[in-house]
Amino acid sequence: MLELLAGGRAIATSRNAELAAVLLGSAVESKAEKLIQHGADKIFIVDHPALERFQVDTFLDALTTLVKRNTPETLLVGSTKNGKELASRLAARLEAGCTPDCTQLTVNGEGRLVTKRIVYSGNAVVTATYIRKPQIATVPSRTFEKLEPTERKGEVVKAEVEIEPPKVEVVAVNKVEVADVKIEEAEIAVCGGRGIERKEDFKPLEELAQLLGGQVSNTRPLAEDRKWFTGWVGLSGKKTKPALYIGCGISGMIQHVAGMRDSRVVVAINKDPEAPIFEVADYVVVGDLYEIVPALVEALKKELKK
Amino acid sequence: MVCVKQAIDVSQLKADTSTGRLVTAGVPRKISDFDKNALEEAVRLKEKLGGEVVTLTASAEDAKTSIREALAMGADKGYFVYDEALLGSDTLAVSTALAGAVRKIGDFDLILCGEASVDGFSAQVGPRLAELLNVPIVTYAKKVALEGETVTVERVLEDRYETVKCKTPAVVTVTKQINDPRIPSLMAIMKASKKEIVNWKLSDIDVAPEKVGEAGWGVKIVDVFAPKVERKRIAIEGENPADIAEKLARALIQEGVVGR
Repeated sequence: MLELLAGGRAIATSRNAELAAVLLGSAVESKAEKLIQHGADKIFIVDHPALERFQVDTFLDALTTLVKRNTPETLLVGSTKNGKELASRLAARLEAGCTPDCTQLTVNGEGRLVTKRIVYSGNAVVTATYIRKPQIATVPSRTFEKLEPTERKGEVVKAEVEIEPPKVEVVAVNKVEVADVKIEEAEIAVCGGRGIERKEDFKPLEELAQLLGGQVSNTRPLAEDRKWFTGWVGLSGKKTKPALYIGCGISGMIQHVAGMRDSRVVVAINKDPEAPIFEVADYVVVGDLYEIVPALVEALKKELKK
Repeated sequence: MVCVKQAIDVSQLKADTSTGRLVTAGVPRKISDFDKNALEEAVRLKEKLGGEVVTLTASAEDAKTSIREALAMGADKGYFVYDEALLGSDTLAVSTALAGAVRKIGDFDLILCGEASVDGFSAQVGPRLAELLNVPIVTYAKKVALEGETVTVERVLEDRYETVKCKTPAVVTVTKQINDPRIPSLMAIMKASKKEIVNWKLSDIDVAPEKVGEAGWGVKIVDVFAPKVERKRIAIEGENPADIAEKLARALIQEGVVGR
């Protein structure tokens, strides 16, 4: 949310417009001040018992009403799975255009939003613009850096909206492993691929990640074929944008690369000198991950002590 | 009812080396991967519960080969909105056309879509279609069960699984995890050639051409480029793993990405 405010602030400033944030939920008013400090001019609050738990149906109703009332020029939504569903459905209700997973957002000479996003399994970057308003875009985490909080003045508006009972009922929720969750946010990402023979062999990768304060993830075959994990980094999975990405035993299929191409520094460790991952790596290590990764843990321990 | 998109086979894309622009003309087309999962799930539901599976496609390009393939996988009938006016249409325009076709086809229990298409990957058409038809939508399904007028779905989200239920008619978008789509037998392929494909123009489904032409779009594409990847590709070599590791560790410290 704070990152989105930074992106929204830049767009609002170049349009000479106001930046508003929407707080939906139950007892959320206390959060308004922080949003103002991070760039919002106005906060719309909808406090409603039906919004206590996030559900697309109810949040969409509240948001639709607010958008119809206030007719914003541009709307940014976080690119989570639920966020994308929400944005698409909102766009349908408003007969608006929506661009998902924007990695860059600018304003052109005509004052229209211009977006860049990756398509075709990472083979292309498409630049698009809007024909009508509101201009809706979803934005992955870590696209913008959140602003430093400053003392700013902002307006808090409490809005009353009608919310219909949801059409979809949530029966059960099962959380999955937390370590798996944060790869999108990770500063350091250590990823394992098919070169890892057994699930236990992830241990050195975990040690490496732990040493560097990073997160471990994996490619899709390890989740889908071997069923070791529930999530993965890739086009159809999570996008990671760390300062350092270390790929271990990863061949570098384009689908995986689409999920990590925005990493700042890429290290690839693979036995196969022809592995395509090396094409997108800054540091190429042709070698056995079973030897290199533990050695790297030791070397880093030693070097970082200096 | 299953929405089937004929997508660009992204593994066969090439960029024009002089301009960096991506060439999509002449690239082979195929059924979008996740749509095959949707189709497989629909066929399995039919095998269990009876009923009929129809596919629905809207395109400015000839997609009959893909529709035939869908019929070979077990769909009973294909509906094809084939109209040049759909050229370049965005998700707003395509979902408008699909909704028009669904209304024309009539009653349905479930519309299954892939979670996203393999080429554009916008994940919008399913949710948009549900809104236009004013029916419930459940996205990212890894399990679907239909009992009477209730559909129960397990959803895959980033940090959790959710079990949800709603009343039919409804739209459900499916992930790759839901099943392994079948490869049709020769017999199934031969039988499919006798199944019906209904061809429609936009005028047949009461959708005005301006609704799907540029005037009906929400977004228009300015440019498509192959992304530039500028990586250093520095090979770290050494006597033994410890030597390599030490050089790599120093390089990473030099980069300022570790030990901060």
